[in-house]
Amino acid sequence: MADEVVLLDVWASMFGMRVRIALAEKGVEYEYKEENLRNKSDLLLQMNPCHKKIPVLIHNGKPICESAIIVQYIDEVWKDKAPILPSDPYERAQARFWVDYIDKKVYDTWRKMWLSEGEEHEAGKKELISIFKLLEETLGDKSFYGGDTFGFLDLGLIPFYTWFYTFETFGNFKMETECPKLMDWVKRCMQKKTVSKTLADEKKVYEDVLGMLKAIRESNH
Amino acid sequence: MASNQEEVKLLGATGSPFVCRVQIALKLKGVEYKFIEENLRNKSELLLKYNPVHKKVPVFVHNEKPIAESLVILEYIEETWKGNPILPTDPYQRALARFWSKFIDDKVVTAAWKSVFTADEKEREKNIQESFEALQFLENELKDKKFFGGEEFGFVDITAVFIAFWIPMIQEIAGLQLFTAEKFPKLYKWSQEFLNHPVVKECLPPRDPVFAFFKGLYQSLTASK
Repeated sequence: MADEVVLLDVWASMFGMRVRIALAEKGVEYEYKEENLRNKSDLLLQMNPCHKKIPVLIHNGKPICESAIIVQYIDEVWKDKAPILPSDPYERAQARFWVDYIDKKVYDTWRKMWLSEGEEHEAGKKELISIFKLLEETLGDKSFYGGDTFGFLDLGLIPFYTWFYTFETFGNFKMETECPKLMDWVKRCMQKKTVSKTLADEKKVYEDVLGMLKAIRESNH
Repeated sequence: MASNQEEVKLLGATGSPFVCRVQIALKLKGVEYKFIEENLRNKSELLLKYNPVHKKVPVFVHNEKPIAESLVILEYIEETWKGNPILPTDPYQRALARFWSKFIDDKVVTAAWKSVFTADEKEREKNIQESFEALQFLENELKDKKFFGGEEFGFVDITAVFIAFWIPMIQEIAGLQLFTAEKFPKLYKWSQEFLNHPVVKECLPPRDPVFAFFKGLYQSLTASK
């Protein structure tokens, strides 16, 4: 029986990119469906009624939601190739902890910096930089968070690279200056085809965010 | 694998629903451990050393290696002590268990807490509505199962201990009718089944001092308006 795999996603979503990288790593063929978040499809609302968010993976008609959960599912189902989570339980716990940290901190802090001005904006910027500095510190001298190989935490974090240009431009700082070791890690990740072919173009992401900001400002008048 | 008290430690605070989750899992799997009571208003050097990122409890320490975040700890315990499993073996069912546990943390815990412990009335109303909607999703998900985990309690049930034990307490303090047998018959029945389970019963904190603590918190919040 052929596997039917569908991904409901949005091209610029870091969370969606995690799933796309995981599927690429495992060599899984799937149908990609681009969602319009201002006009969500019936399928999305049916498959993720709780949150109405992307990404949603639909495997043989059954939906799985939340990017970190989807990636673990992919790892467990297509387990014969390219393991994503480490095999050691303590390493697994650390990877899960840090992906949870990224999920709790990065996006909300970015929004704080993005949509505010003056002191609040500066505070948001400082916090965003400190989050990435901590992640850089956690990497240490390893090639990847997974050690010698690209793993769950690498996959969890790398999609945010597509947003660095946006963060830098809105925040007026340079990741290369603030987190040089992290940028080295980015370069190593980008050598993997599954990553470089999946990640969105950072300039396109920036244009998209500009468009969003314009829409927000217009709706506020 | 045998564990002696030196190898397994849990930094916690009596009255924390997140710590309780870990205690239930350890009890179920028969893991012996040393409990270290933390004073959250005066955090120990040990806590700050083991959880520098969030500085919160619970922190689980196995052979001197610390793990923070209750759901991450539960997964670790499941993978390390394989008796009485709390997660199903089927990948799809595992994904569902993880999803609903995250849902409880993201949608129920925060909203229920803010339904009570927020000074602003509009904020409280908004959170009451959100809590109600979130509980409805869980009511629908439970259906006619004895536990979320099926015949035996599992990952989601353990995560939901907040709903069973803590929501009734905090809603009583605020005079709210958020989680009742009338509004959520299946979930309510589940909560009674869960709270009375011999393993769970032993892990619940004593109600009176915890109630008094939250009442004090509520009073200081509403008094400072």
